[in-house]
Amino acid sequence: MTISDLHSVTIAIVLAPLIGALIAGLMSDAVGRKGAHTITITGVAISFILSAILFKYLVFEGGATIEQSVYTWLVSDGIVFEIGFLIDRLTVMMMVVVTFVSLMVHIYTIGYMAHDEENWPQESLAGRNSYQRFFSYISLFTFSMLMLVMANNFMQLFFGWEAVGLVSYLLIGFWSVRESAVYANLKAFLVNRVGDFGFLLGIGAVLMYFNSLDYMTVFENAELHKDVMVEVIPGSPWSLMTLICLLLFIGAMGKSAQFPLHIWLPDSMEGPTPISALIHAATMVTAGIFMVARMSPLFELSETALSTVMIIGAITALFMGFLGLVQNDIKRVVAYSTLSQLGYMTVALGASAYAAGIFHLMTHAFFKALLFLGAGSVIIAMHHDQDMRNMGGLRKYMPITWITSLIGSLALIGAPGFAGFFSKDSIIVAVGHSTVAGSGFAYFAVLLGVFITALYSFRMYFLVFHGKERMSEKSRSHLHETPWVVTLPLVLLAIPSVVIGFLWVDSMAFGDFFGSAIYVAANHDVLTALAEEGHNAVSMLLHTPISAPFWLALAGVATAYLLYMRETWIPELIASRFSRIHNILLNKYYMDEFASAFFGGGSRLLGTGLWRLGDMAIIDGLAVNGSARTVGWCSSLLRHIQTGYLYHYAFAMILGLLGLFLYFLF
Amino acid sequence: MFAESPLLSLTIWIPIFGGLLVLFVGSKENGGFEARVIALLVSLITFIISLPLFVYFDRSQWQMQFEEFVPWIDAVRVNYHLGVDGISMPLIILTTFMTVIVVIAGWKVISEKPAQYMASFLIMEGLMIGVFASLDAMLFYVFWEAMLIPMFLIIGIWGGDNRIYATMKFFLYTFIGSLFMLVALIYLYLQSGTFSILELHQFKIALTPQILIFLAFLFAFAVKVPMWPVHTWLPDAHVQAPTGGSVILAAIMLKLGAYGFLRFSLPITPDASHALDDLMITLSLIAVAYIGFVALVQTDMKKLIAYSSISHMGFVTLGFFIAFTIFESTGSFQGAAMGMEGAMVQMISHGFVSGAMFLCVGVMYDRIHSREIASYGGVVHVMPKFAGLLVLFAMANAGLPGTAGFVGEFMVILSAFKANFWIAFIAALTLVLGAAYTLWMVKRVVYGPVSENKVATMEDLSLREGLFMAILAFAVIGLGLYPAPLLEVMHATVDHLVQHIAISKL
Repeated sequence: MTISDLHSVTIAIVLAPLIGALIAGLMSDAVGRKGAHTITITGVAISFILSAILFKYLVFEGGATIEQSVYTWLVSDGIVFEIGFLIDRLTVMMMVVVTFVSLMVHIYTIGYMAHDEENWPQESLAGRNSYQRFFSYISLFTFSMLMLVMANNFMQLFFGWEAVGLVSYLLIGFWSVRESAVYANLKAFLVNRVGDFGFLLGIGAVLMYFNSLDYMTVFENAELHKDVMVEVIPGSPWSLMTLICLLLFIGAMGKSAQFPLHIWLPDSMEGPTPISALIHAATMVTAGIFMVARMSPLFELSETALSTVMIIGAITALFMGFLGLVQNDIKRVVAYSTLSQLGYMTVALGASAYAAGIFHLMTHAFFKALLFLGAGSVIIAMHHDQDMRNMGGLRKYMPITWITSLIGSLALIGAPGFAGFFSKDSIIVAVGHSTVAGSGFAYFAVLLGVFITALYSFRMYFLVFHGKERMSEKSRSHLHETPWVVTLPLVLLAIPSVVIGFLWVDSMAFGDFFGSAIYVAANHDVLTALAEEGHNAVSMLLHTPISAPFWLALAGVATAYLLYMRETWIPELIASRFSRIHNILLNKYYMDEFASAFFGGGSRLLGTGLWRLGDMAIIDGLAVNGSARTVGWCSSLLRHIQTGYLYHYAFAMILGLLGLFLYFLF
Repeated sequence: MFAESPLLSLTIWIPIFGGLLVLFVGSKENGGFEARVIALLVSLITFIISLPLFVYFDRSQWQMQFEEFVPWIDAVRVNYHLGVDGISMPLIILTTFMTVIVVIAGWKVISEKPAQYMASFLIMEGLMIGVFASLDAMLFYVFWEAMLIPMFLIIGIWGGDNRIYATMKFFLYTFIGSLFMLVALIYLYLQSGTFSILELHQFKIALTPQILIFLAFLFAFAVKVPMWPVHTWLPDAHVQAPTGGSVILAAIMLKLGAYGFLRFSLPITPDASHALDDLMITLSLIAVAYIGFVALVQTDMKKLIAYSSISHMGFVTLGFFIAFTIFESTGSFQGAAMGMEGAMVQMISHGFVSGAMFLCVGVMYDRIHSREIASYGGVVHVMPKFAGLLVLFAMANAGLPGTAGFVGEFMVILSAFKANFWIAFIAALTLVLGAAYTLWMVKRVVYGPVSENKVATMEDLSLREGLFMAILAFAVIGLGLYPAPLLEVMHATVDHLVQHIAISKL
């Protein structure tokens, strides 16, 4: 392919879903439901096929990285802000994952949203074309996410970053008639904005010291700024790189839902399940992970930043896993599992095992999308009841959903041979070898996390697909496997969830797949060290019987079997015996309450105070109306001397004359 | 051909005489419809006539263009001197553009004295363009004061229940501010013997008089912007003003104050600007943060948007005065131009976005006559098209990238970072606060179940409403996706201004 062919291809990849979104959204009545899904699916399919072609070009044919500028957004002060693309192996892998999962979700949505009118009040006009609008939004999301991963500069990265946030906002609150949904979307947007606040300041720091927002320029000059110190707080100098990386990482914490900015993600489950799979599991929430990996030339220059990243990731991986144990809503279990897995990826970044983190991002995208869509399939069959306490024994009724969900769960817990096994174990061994401060704690967290993951995953699996059928007779009579548009994506996602780990681990995690796209300083390079020790797919499989994660996962599954299949009275006993801990977990460590009381209530209180006291009492009351009153009061005094009686004036004149007379006299 | 024709005079006087014509036609029996048609034609013609200013503007030079010069009062050397540069030209286009929108928006809504209503807006349009185009301080002052009259009438006649308090507050605030400016201008004339703004730019003044002049200008301009703490007239004026009045007030009138800083304060008193820049930055940051919190707790939508305007205008004044802090912390003015250009983009984008927000409130008010957030809820179910546009404008108000609202704030924050981390930090709070107050309002108004029977009766946008909302939506997205053409016309002027203020007059 020539350069100009490649440039046309990249533009087509971005525009195809955008055009689909615009047509389905703005002309929803004209195109109808069938038109809307046909157009958007075609658009995303074009994107996927072209991304696959680029993948082949860059990975198998050894094509060169594509640097392309599309147009100049603006020029100011000699600094050029451009819209442009940087397509290297990291980008192209993300593109394939995003467009593939998006395509699966588009197809699945045909089934999931088929009866969406039931979710709206009859007279609602917004409910009339909600089907088309949904397709428009998920296509718009695909466009935004592609802009994010394909960006060649920070400004466009920020554009994509906020654009995916916008679509996430629109989709979480998609069922806008539900108060809980419109609360959740506002919360998601605001918490993400807190992250973006840090992110934007990070961009400001980059621009100030590099005089450019272009990735290549910044990365090439990063070494030069290694020793620059800045005094943000007067008297305590910080390394510039630490400052930049921490600010950027605050953005990643918002988008990738890392502790303590994770609180929006569980609530985002208010959105329809297809977007939980696409946005809140497979793609958007991994944008933070992608961003840090993209910025590896900067993060590698700051041990402090890496250490922070690792500790935050470890906290998220472990403590969010605990919360998954007590959830009864099927989607919430998967949501907490997503948080925990994002923590794993973040830990990998902190250990400088970017490749392992990205590799886990990829496998996770497949199996977590699969788990979500499987949960969605269950939800369709259960007529939108999401409570696992009303399920059980579903495997009889929905064999495809059952098998694919089992595959997804096995991949998630890292059963030997499945995708998650390779990616998660690479992270665990990398953390074990890391020397960054905090890696001891992180290693403990990710190991214990394996047990927790297996426990909550199989708790869910057993509660849903095995055991007693706890649903009502009416629900049972309606149970049946979902239509092919739903099961086909499940099957297509199940395949990579099994094989993709084995196929790519040697190249992506331990090999040189990413080439120059990811930079690792020699003294941090745990993955290369592991590869030199002979780590590869086969050796990982062979070492299974002597690896701790394997036994921990097995123990988790066994415990789940014991607690939820055999001795089902034990969980209740534990819950009542340790009711305090159980309550803390049920209330998610009370962080939502704290955030809403302290930040929500606090800022309303502050606003009211400033308004009533500052604006109304002092400025208006004292200064403005006060001066008006003063003028009025002075005039009321002056009024007394303007009585209109002639003899008053005559008397005043005489007094005045007398006064003048006396003055001149003496 | 355009260089010779008096384009600026035409854009000033066509709407003024057009306004008089509308008054004349409307005074006839049943003249309402004719008056509206003429008003629309006049505003369209003015808009079309203003376009060559943009198209044929020489982007490579900073000097005044499309200049016109006629001696007016020889005794005190006052001249009818017009001209535009990269600062004033975009604002003139914004004025002619928004007037068309306001005329369409007021088409059906105003049933009482429609001709007088339309005429007030047309006359005000001409006067505001006169302010932007004046290169003579006295001419500037005449337009500046004259402009108050139509706005005074618009709020006082077509306003809400408490309009008298609001008009008096508006008039006294701005009038007292302007008197200080008049004193400063007379002082400058007595010292220099000229009212020519461009000559005053070069006139050397000692520091103490500079500071006094700066403060006098500050009174006049800060009230108009408005800056904290002289902002309290704005929420009252907005609440009482009819929709069109609010739109022009937010979209154009506030910009006049900011424009004054660029045309008078910075170039005439650069050393005072330098000496008092901490004050200006502090007031700007208070506007961004303090007002952001105040906006959060408003229950009246117009008040909320009014406070949001003050907060957004804080970025404008921040962008103007950050230059000196950048110089102090980095030793050069590199980066200052980005702040100023960002501030100017913010002026234009705020014109579109705040105008659109006020129009949205107007659309809802026309239906059920309430501005209270609590009266609404679930509007999306009865007005889905409107809701979509409102969410778009709200996102622009919250500074979403890809919309106009992002560009200016982004540039100012980047520029402020060069000056001081903490200035950028406080300014960037708007990312959270702006989203919080705007989207919280959207949540309560647009989303949720249909709350009241009244809301259930609301009908979606009419063709006329859809038209002006769609035009603004295009403007908001267009400027967000491709701001480069707007920036191009500013570069030469702003670069020159930065060089000018870098040289001390002492």
